[in-house]
Formats: sequence, C-alpha cells, structure tokens
Amino acid sequence: MSKATASDDVREDGVIESVSGPVVTATDLQARMNDVVYVGTEGLMGEVIEIEGDITTIQVYEETSGVAPGEPVESTGAPLTVDLGPGMMDSIYDGVQRPLDVLESKMNSAYLDRGVDAPGIDLEKEWEFNPEVEAGDQVTAGDILGIVPETESIDHKVMVPPDSEGGEVVDVKSGEYTVDDTIVELDTGEEIRMRQEWPVREARPTSEKETPTEPLISGQRILDGLFPIAKGGTAAIPGPFGSGKTVTQHQLAKWADADIVVYVGCGERGNEMTEVIEDFPELEDPLTGNPLMDRTCLIANTSNMPVAARESCVYTGITIAEYFRDMGYDVALMADSTSRWAEAMREISSRLEEMPGEEGYPAYLAARLAQFYERAGYYQNKNGTEGSVSVIGAVSPPGGDFSEPVTQNTLRIVKTFWALDADLAERRHFPAINWNESYSLYRDQLDPWFEENVSEDWAEQRQWAIDTLDEEAELQEIVQLVGKDALPDDQQLTLEVARYLREAWLQQNAFHPTDTYCEPEKTYGILGAIKTLNDEAFDALDAGVPVEEITDIDNAPRLNRIGVQEDYNEFIEELEADITEELREKY
Amino acid sequence: MQKEYRTITEISGPLVFAEVDEPVGYDEIVEITTSDGQTRRGQVLETTSDLVAIQVFEGTSGIDRQASVQFKGETLKMDLTEDLLGRVLDGSGQPIDGGPEIEPDERQDIVGAAINPYSREYPEEFIQTGVSAIDGMNTLVRGQKLPIFSASGLPHNDLALQIARQATVPEEDEDGDGSEFAVIFGAMGITAEEANEFMDDFERTGALERSVVFMNLADDPAVERTVTPRMALTTAEYLAFEKDYHVLVILTDMTNYCEALREIGAAREEVPGRRGYPGYMYTDLAQLYERAGRIQGRDGSVTQIPILTMPGDDDTHPIPDLTGYITEGQIYIDRDLNSQGVQPPVDVLPSLSRLMDDGIGEGLTRGDHADVKDQLFAAYAEGEDLRDLVNIVGREALSERDNKYLDLADRFEEEFVQQGYETERDIDETIEIGWDLLSTLPKEELNRVDEEFIEEHYREDGPEILEASADA
Repeated sequence: MSKATASDDVREDGVIESVSGPVVTATDLQARMNDVVYVGTEGLMGEVIEIEGDITTIQVYEETSGVAPGEPVESTGAPLTVDLGPGMMDSIYDGVQRPLDVLESKMNSAYLDRGVDAPGIDLEKEWEFNPEVEAGDQVTAGDILGIVPETESIDHKVMVPPDSEGGEVVDVKSGEYTVDDTIVELDTGEEIRMRQEWPVREARPTSEKETPTEPLISGQRILDGLFPIAKGGTAAIPGPFGSGKTVTQHQLAKWADADIVVYVGCGERGNEMTEVIEDFPELEDPLTGNPLMDRTCLIANTSNMPVAARESCVYTGITIAEYFRDMGYDVALMADSTSRWAEAMREISSRLEEMPGEEGYPAYLAARLAQFYERAGYYQNKNGTEGSVSVIGAVSPPGGDFSEPVTQNTLRIVKTFWALDADLAERRHFPAINWNESYSLYRDQLDPWFEENVSEDWAEQRQWAIDTLDEEAELQEIVQLVGKDALPDDQQLTLEVARYLREAWLQQNAFHPTDTYCEPEKTYGILGAIKTLNDEAFDALDAGVPVEEITDIDNAPRLNRIGVQEDYNEFIEELEADITEELREKY
Repeated sequence: MQKEYRTITEISGPLVFAEVDEPVGYDEIVEITTSDGQTRRGQVLETTSDLVAIQVFEGTSGIDRQASVQFKGETLKMDLTEDLLGRVLDGSGQPIDGGPEIEPDERQDIVGAAINPYSREYPEEFIQTGVSAIDGMNTLVRGQKLPIFSASGLPHNDLALQIARQATVPEEDEDGDGSEFAVIFGAMGITAEEANEFMDDFERTGALERSVVFMNLADDPAVERTVTPRMALTTAEYLAFEKDYHVLVILTDMTNYCEALREIGAAREEVPGRRGYPGYMYTDLAQLYERAGRIQGRDGSVTQIPILTMPGDDDTHPIPDLTGYITEGQIYIDRDLNSQGVQPPVDVLPSLSRLMDDGIGEGLTRGDHADVKDQLFAAYAEGEDLRDLVNIVGREALSERDNKYLDLADRFEEEFVQQGYETERDIDETIEIGWDLLSTLPKEELNRVDEEFIEEHYREDGPEILEASADA
C-alpha cells in the first residue's frame, strides 16, 4: 500500500471518539466499509470495519499507545490494496505490504516505529521493459504487454490491469522505465504503467477454473509418495507445537517445483522469519540453479506485530500470488499459520463485542476460511495463459486437538490433509506426518502424471506401501499386548519391512544436504528397494529360512542410507542385488 | 501542570472509571491520590472523549469517588541505567533494596516496539548451560526463548538457578570479546519463600552484582504483574542492545501473569476466550516472548527462560499451549523423574529446542553432536515404549535387542539426565557420556549416526566415562 498515491484523494476528516487497543472509533468520518484510513496525528494506518450511524469503527494496523480522542482521522476513500509490479520478488513485507528493509532504513532503527509508510514496490528503480505489443494492436484486460526481466529466474509480465476497458494501442515504449512511467497508451486515452493496484480482499478475475492434473512436486517422500498435492490444490498441515509445521512449510517453500513462492509468516516467530531471510538467498533453486529468493516473496507479520495487520497479511499474500498466476506462472503460497489469522479475527471481533460463535471465534470464520482457500486453483487466465495458485496452510490447533473450529472448518475445504503427530515428533521421526490419519483427494487425478513421468506401477507400489503400513498399525496393537516374538513368522517379517518403510522411506532429514530434497524417481527407487527386500524375504521364509535369520541380514540396514546418497541409482541397484544374494544364499 | 479530576464514577475490581473533559491518550499513565493521601499508579485501558477506564496497578482498595485522578500525559516508562545491575526493584520498577534513587540515563517505553524481522540476526551461538539434558539434547542458543514447563511441587527453580549460574559461551571464554553476561530476574506472584531461595542463591554465588531483580510477590497486587515482565524486558533490551551485555532473562511464574490478565479481562467484562483467558492472550504473550533475540550490528543478546507451572500438569492448558506456539521450544520438568530422584528431572522426549540444529555441529559444539542426539532420542524413545510392554509380559519374554534398549533407557535417566544441581558438565563430557550409552547397543543399531563417527567414537571395550554396568 503506498500512501503516496492513496493520499491524493483524501476525502474528509473525522475525529477519534474512543480508543481500545487496536480498535478505534471515529465520528464524522466519510468512509465506506473496508476503506483505508489514517488515524491520529501520527497517521497510523487502519481499515474501516464497522459503520453505525455517525460512528465508524476502525481496526488499526499499528500500536495505538498514546493515541487520544479528539485526534483527526483521514479517509483515503480506497480499500486496502497492494502495489503490483516488478520488484516484488526477493522482497520482504509486513502484513500491509510495507517493505521491511525500507522501513528499517526509513526508521533508522531495528524496531518498528509507527506512522511510517512505504510503497510496496520501489518507485524510483528503472526496469528494462521489452514490449510484446505494437501500435495498432487491440488489447483487453489481462493481456500481456511486455516483459521485464525481474530476477534471473522470473520474467515479469506487464499486463493490462483487470479493470481496464482495453482498446487499441497507440504508443508503446521500450527501454528503461520506472514503474510509474507510462509504457503503453491506448486510444481510449488510458495510460498503462508497470505498477497496478488491487484490493486485497477481492479475487483477481480469471476466465475459468480447471481441474488440476499435475502434482506440485515437493521433494518430500511422504508427500509426493503418499499424499500428493496438485498444482492449484489446497492443503492443510495441522499439528501441535513442536511437531514440525514450520520446517515442513520451509521445505515446501524451498523445494516445491512452483515458479513462484509466496511465503506468509502470519503471527509466527521473528527468528523463524529471520532464518528464512538469511537462508533463502544462499539456497539454490533446484530447478534453475538461481538463488531461491529470486522466486520468493516473503510476508512477515510476526506474533508481536500489530494484530490487525496479521488479519490482512494472508490477503496481501494471496493477491500477490494471483497476480503472478495471471502471468501464467505456477505459484505456491504457504501460510504459517492460519490459526493466528483466525485468532486475529477473533480478537478484533471480540473488541467489537460481536456475538461469538464456537470457542469465541466469530460466526463468519468458516466463510472467511472458505473464501480464502477458494482463491487457490488451476486457472485459465484472461490472457489465455494457464496458471495456478496452490495454497498450503499450517494450522496450530490449541493443545493439538484437531476437533477445534479452525482445523475443522479448514478440513471441510482443503483436499489434502497432512496430519502432524506429536508422538512421531517426540521420537524424532521427521517429517512427523501421520500416515494413518493424513489423506490426499488428489491421488487419483494425479496418478496418470506419475505413471507417465516416473513409473507405470507408481500407483501399485504406493498401494503396497499403504497396505503394509496399515497392517503394521494393526499388528502393533497386538504387539503391545503380547510382544513381537509371539507373532507368527510372516507377521514378524511384515513388521520388519514396515519398519524400513518408516525409517528409510517416510523419514527424511530436512537438514541433510542431500536427503533434504528427494526427486520422485528417488522416492520410487527407495520404495522399490524395500519392496525387493519384502519379496525376497518372503520367498526365503517360504523356503523354510527362520525369520530371525532373515531379519538379521547385514545388507538390509543399508536401506536407511539410500536417502543420503547422491548417486542413488547405482547404490540401489547394488543394494538390491546384495540383499537378493544374501537371502538366496540361505536356501 | 496536568489537570486533576475528581470525577470517578465507578470502581470495580482493579478498574476505575473516570469522566474527563479533555482527551486522554490510550495506555497513558495515571496517578490516583486517595483522600488519605496515598498515591496509586494506573494505566488507561480504554479512552473515549468523556469517559476513561483505568487499570490500577497497586489495587483499588482505599480508593473512593472523591479520590483525585491525574493523567501524566505519557505512557509507562522505565528508568534505565547500567547502574541497575545489582539492584532489587519492586514489580513496577521502584527500588526496594534501600539503595540510592535510580538516576536514569534514558527512559524507555515499557511496551517496546516489535523488532523488525529484517533487522534480526538469526541466533546460532551455543550457550553451555552445563546441564546434559539441555546441552546435549535440547541445546539453548543466544537470543532464544526457551521456557521451562513445570508444575506445582517440581524443582523448576533449582534448574533455572543452575542455568543462571553455569551459563557460558565456551569459545568466548578463550578470546574474551568483552561482552558481559547479565541476569534479569522477573518474579511475578511467587511466594516470599521462593523469592528468598532465589535471592540467597544470587547472593551466595555473587551473581547479584550482575543481576537486576524485579520482585512482585504473591501478596503484591495482581495487576502490577502485567507490567513487571515489561519492565524486566525493557531493562534487558537496554543492557543488551545499548550496553552490549548478553542478557539472560528469567521470568517466573508466567502462569501468575496470565491469571492477572484474566482478572483484568473479567473486570472489563470482555468476551472471554478459552478457560476464561482473554482472546488476546496470544498476542499479549507474544509481545513479551518476542522481545528475545539478537539484532544485526549489536553485540548483545536477550535470551529468555520463562517458567510456567501447568495447572494440573496439563500442557494443553491455554498458558503452556499458547506459550509453546510462540517460544522456540520448551523444557519439560517431569513428576515421575522427580520422584525417582533424578536431578534435574528433565523429560527430554517432549522437550525441544527449535534453534538447536543451527546452534550445534562442527565449530559450534562438535561434529557428531547432532547424530548422537538423534540416536539417543530414538533409542530412549524405543526403550520408553518397551517399558509398557515389560509391565505386561515381563523382561524374560523380550528379545535380547529389546532388553538392551530397556537398559539404555534406564541408564539414560540415571546417568545422562541425572547429574545434580551443583554439577557442571561441559559439552564434551555430555557427548562422551552419550557415546558411552550408545555403545551399549550393537553398532548396526546406530542407524542415525554417520559411519565415520561410529568408527571414531564407538566404544569397543566398554565405557570411558561411566562405570561399566553391572551385567556387562
């Protein structure tokens, strides 16, 4: 949001009537619902959330200490918008799109001061604009006018704003321009610049929403292998604290094969965001080899930053994501954590003294969540390109209890559910995703892709893994009662195989340089090696080899080391041969 | 100067409502003088053009409608100077040690602005606490906030004191870069006995001269507790980021702080959240905990160890729950281990340090630290699981492998976690004990340790630090 442009049309002054935390009421203010206003002599940014007679209620995005009744309120006459244009990649914003690096230098302090504003994109910087239209061309809303090489990874496509009437191009510029210079002029007199604005609470228009058929490859074995998410899909990661939500989100942000990643840190820890800011520029994008930050936009509204800006940060994030989708990119948005967003809604709602719904959350919680997740999808854009926004939301249920309203309302909408489990986390089984509780409704629609691109028996192998893990879960209940040795031989063997499925396949070390990313071929390869062990072991058992001898073979523990191998193909081949040989020698 | 009002309309619990005819700022400080001449301080909770709600820190008893109300025109500030070190203050920052008045170099708003995430520096300097269960398994780093989850009747204070006494950063002892260590102790609603325990220990070990103590005792006004941690943290930030100290802040007991929040919320007739605690408690706690950290270009750091007692040992209670979502891990004190006499009774399995992975390893602690930790976690967890089974089928029915894990779990508690509150172990010793324990398992079981490290450290001929176990 840039004050520079918004304050041009300041309309009318109001006067503060009362202040209670982030909620301020004003009288005599001419403003519409959701208009952005500037509150008090310091000009704190806020948004109109209720109008009752002469009284306007405002949620303020900054700390309100010291603000007193009688101070002025200015309305901008416009809703909360984001600035869209070149310069968003490799940047870090707060919840209302103020760049944190610019704020640091403007405030000349490591602390966030109040009443300082900054445009979301650099207004001074000149970008190289390469036109793709010429005079005489007809353009309509959404059409691509030209290309700006924004970072090494991303070509920024300059588009006709969605609310434009369109028309015939009469003049096109080429060369170095700032985002506010006119680059294309239409016969209607409309001057198009690289920068456009869009209200965050409104979805950007598209032509059509399509059924996603391509997976968003995450490089995480349990996700790609068992619970894949589609490009344009939605997923929720609920889990109690300490179960690895944030690490999973970071892993996705690092390795997901999306063109663009928008990472929203909503009400989370400051040090975590710092980790992202420090790590990502040094990490390489596995697809292009460029720094990861080149394709990443961070939104950091940490837990101690004002609560109203926390409420808006997920909208800021998804609007930026949609803008890149319009260019034809696959965008992945991580929101960590949507519970903090819901709590921000609850906090504001309670200050408004609204009638609370379940557990104090406002009655519109479910509707807001649904509206947000519905902005994800695989789309046919207005300009004919195809793009997607995948949304992966972390949920932090109080006490790890999934029956609470935010988790439940999220599960009604999303199609992929990665349930994090405190028990697994406690024994340091990471990622601590519970394979019995999690699900993905995209499996069937993505199988054709995996079968074509990885292996024909992808779905079959996966089913075998699921069956084995299911059987293990059942057997474990018996083992808890009578001990492992009381089980028949074949069941003992199943337990052993399932143990390797857990340790060698499902577990993955996010902090190991090689194991942190596992391509689908490798995911398939490891599973194949375990399957080989399984088949050979059962053959040996049938041939009369005692089960202890089978489970004791020297080569099996090497399965656990496949993950850390870079040249895994050779390793797997050798290992499969060794296992086969060792077992066949026994009969 | 400021206008005086005698316009109190309502007094309710810790709140006073007064009519005003001039605008009063939100969060502004108020001085109330009772008819018998006592003064009380308070803070504006809600302000409208004609009515103001005031929360009184020292309690409202003795205030009547004739009391005078004076608005100070500024928000609550803390007097700051390096001379605060060695001083004992009450819960709202007034000296109670009989020493001289505090002559401030600077006055800071106690609310404290949020640190710009862009300006933070990621914490990755290992702090050696000398406690194996923490250093080895849940390492603390500078700038971290790592709470102790405890419950009534458990020795969390002993552990906190041990950490305060022993905490060092090993490398810097050698090159001595000049940054000094300071402890800030914020007591909220603890009993006088507990307070004495802390003060005695501080005096005994000479720690007091590098400490600032804020005391709000159980019989002090509850509302004052809401400002005590903010006073403590404002002081911590000043010492860390202006005076280059490495500050360790111990806040105890956060449960009392939250109770005070609930009390104010109830008095204001707010819509309550879970278990009656206010809906904004997450934000409120975050504004405290997030004041830990490091800032780029500054030498100092603020590390927080808040202590909270979980009502009914229940970690899904809103206080530990919200805390766990904000802090970078937690250390659990366990009742069973305590009754077994393990000192400190830290339950390492549910404990966690989120910043550990970046704070350990070659050059920080030791190259094999992470692997040893992972393997110990996995092995101890497996041993713990087997204990349930043993209760049903007995040890004889278990395989040799299972018995090894059971033994390891026992020895882990008795020899790794158990060390006594006065014993200090450096990180080498802690990891070597780890190797002694891991070497009771066959080599092939160590699937989380790099082969190189196994080669180097696996004990082929019995333990090197611990006594050999009886059956070996």
